[in-house]
Amino acid sequence: MEKLLLLGDEAIAQGAIDGGLSGIYAYPGTPSTEIMEFVQGSKQAEELSIHRTWSANEKTAMEAALGMSYAGKRAMVCFKHVGLNVAADAFVNASITGVNGGLIVVSADDPSMHSSQNEQDSRFYAKFSLIPILEPSNQQEAYEMAYYGFELSEKLNVPVMLRITTRLAHSRAGVQRSQVKKQNQLHLPSDPRQFVLLPAIARKNYKKLLGMQPSMDIESEKSTFNTFINGSDKKLGVIAAGLAYNYLMENYIDGKNPNPILKICQYPLPHKQVADLYNQCDSLLILEDGAPMIEEMMKGFLNLGKPIHGRLDGTLPRDGELNPNIVAKALGMAIQEGQEVPEVVKNRPPSLCQGCGHRDVFEDLNEVLKEYGTGRVFSDIGCYTLAALPPFNSVNSCVDMGASITMAIGAADAGLIPAVSVIGDSTFTHSGMTGLLDAVNKNAPITVIISDNSTTGMTGGQDSAATGRLFEICQGIGVHPDHLKIITPLKKNHEENVRIIREELEYKGLSVIIPQRECIQTFARRKKAEKNESN
Amino acid sequence: MKNDIILAGVGGQGILSIAAAIGLAAVKNNLHIKQSEVHGMSQRGGDVQSHLRLSDKPIASDLIPKGKADLILSVEPMEALRYLPFLSKDGWLVTNITPFNNIPDYPGLEDILKQIKSFPNHIAIDADTIAKQAGSSRSSNIVMLGAASPFLDIPFERLEDGIRQLFGKKGEELVNTNLKALKAGRDFTEKNR
Ligand SMILES: Cc1ncc(C[n+]2csc(CCOP(=O)(O)OP(=O)(O)O)c2C)c(N)n1
Repeated sequence: MEKLLLLGDEAIAQGAIDGGLSGIYAYPGTPSTEIMEFVQGSKQAEELSIHRTWSANEKTAMEAALGMSYAGKRAMVCFKHVGLNVAADAFVNASITGVNGGLIVVSADDPSMHSSQNEQDSRFYAKFSLIPILEPSNQQEAYEMAYYGFELSEKLNVPVMLRITTRLAHSRAGVQRSQVKKQNQLHLPSDPRQFVLLPAIARKNYKKLLGMQPSMDIESEKSTFNTFINGSDKKLGVIAAGLAYNYLMENYIDGKNPNPILKICQYPLPHKQVADLYNQCDSLLILEDGAPMIEEMMKGFLNLGKPIHGRLDGTLPRDGELNPNIVAKALGMAIQEGQEVPEVVKNRPPSLCQGCGHRDVFEDLNEVLKEYGTGRVFSDIGCYTLAALPPFNSVNSCVDMGASITMAIGAADAGLIPAVSVIGDSTFTHSGMTGLLDAVNKNAPITVIISDNSTTGMTGGQDSAATGRLFEICQGIGVHPDHLKIITPLKKNHEENVRIIREELEYKGLSVIIPQRECIQTFARRKKAEKNESN
Repeated sequence: MKNDIILAGVGGQGILSIAAAIGLAAVKNNLHIKQSEVHGMSQRGGDVQSHLRLSDKPIASDLIPKGKADLILSVEPMEALRYLPFLSKDGWLVTNITPFNNIPDYPGLEDILKQIKSFPNHIAIDADTIAKQAGSSRSSNIVMLGAASPFLDIPFERLEDGIRQLFGKKGEELVNTNLKALKAGRDFTEKNR
């Protein structure tokens, strides 16, 4: 079959489709978004009737995928690393239920926080959930792991985590496809109580999961993704996990390595292979594109064994993604950098688009807030968070999706009245609605602004779960009709919008204001598509 | 043979189309390719770059090591300078000279050009004007690709094929405009290098 030029994300999507996928569930989040988008755009997926619509959040996505697995079919769920926090309840318990149809959980980490609030390492979740991890070092492996992951999941009767990082997700390379597999038939679990986690059953399932650990180790030992490459200089052995392997090999001319290398791309760590490397070398260097997970395991708490180098002893930086230069330095190699960046080069931070409705919202809000003083705007995660930067400087928090409403409640409880929450439409349906119910129940003296651009803007304009229905949702949750307002954020409405916001800030109870105007990016795209169609 | 290229610009300026055109051409030429790009947050008007690596041998890293890039291809003059630590001693700096000014402290163009011209291996080209002459100001990124093409180990016809493939769906007219833009960029470099 032909070679395709695919992003790591796209390779995963294609691998899953070819591996017998019946449904993919996801909520957008950089760097994972393109997996779902690829399946949505795939003709093959359409012909195979693969389910492929966005979910309201990562937890609903994880659960829907588990439901499909229960029904015997192969499912994939995708999100960015912080999405795994949202899905964690379902994720951890899915390791106890086990699976019926193969289930792959793709978690895309973002070391260096290119587009994220933190750089947590998803592998820890899989480790304490006691399930295998596949961590591709290149696009071909990303394809193969998605393709093979379903089988591994079915064989071991657990979900399998596929962990990637930003660089692989958003880097393209040639990928060779395999034979397309048939989808599973609908079939129920042979044990009708497998998925019923009542304590008595859960205890039994958990023991079974613990009993499976040696089999998982055997799978890792014989996995072709884990390889030992011998080298003659045994003073140092290198363990290179996932993408870190490439950065290591980049530094060896013509791929010739002086030191023995163990490439790890499947977990649990293969005991025998790791022990072999340890025994034959005087010291080890651990390369991981993320947290020092393997390094901590190798060192143990007391660090009484041979010297282990990596992020914990300063051989590598403690934070941030790896790259060839950092690895070269750790190997003691010289780096020949080019010229320094000249002083004329200024920072160019991202900013709200010209013509974006969020701009008008913050211009209106800032004017009213002059009367109250700064420090009372709890924001959420989305394009509007960029109002924390100049020229607006108006946002005081951005923590996790949905936190704007609930943090405003707590701050108001502490006496910061009025407190303002700014949240986007997609974030509101992701995890703002439950917080709004809390606010309704205590009539919290806060003003919630749902800045509705009818899309999930920051991640590139995916469908938003409740476009056109936000007003009714707020009504249904119980927001008082006198304090539920829709406004249009345009320059010409500035005076009126300022008046409405001022009134609601003065009100000593819960208000919700919904500024509504389509995202300028999706608007432009829609117009272009309409024009192309009429041509 | 290897070409390690840093593509630079501002989110929304179309560096990914350049990368795609080269990518299609490279695949047709049976070269190995790795191309890392920036999606997400910085696409909102921030600085963006793409590491594009071509080789006749398998490529290890998705990122180009510092000091190893053969070419910086920038669609914006200040952005061209941001990646100098990556440029090798005898690498080329090929850049558009039309600034994209979306920050309050954007430096004077003269100061930027002075830096660019201090490189012996530089091509500074007014891609926006040349693109307009070729038929559409929107194809200035393809003018830049043309300007960089003499430094790529890919036959020019392959790049033309890449353009045809990339814009084919959008109609004959757009294909021709971009082919013209590509050629105009190349001619500029051949005259000025
Ligand atoms: C738990 C979690 N999931 C996903 C993301 C990625 N993410 C960041 S912003 C955003 C979009 C928010 O859309 P919306 O609230 O409608 O605001 P907009 O960007 O459209 O202004 C997403 C999905 C995240 N940061 N955290």
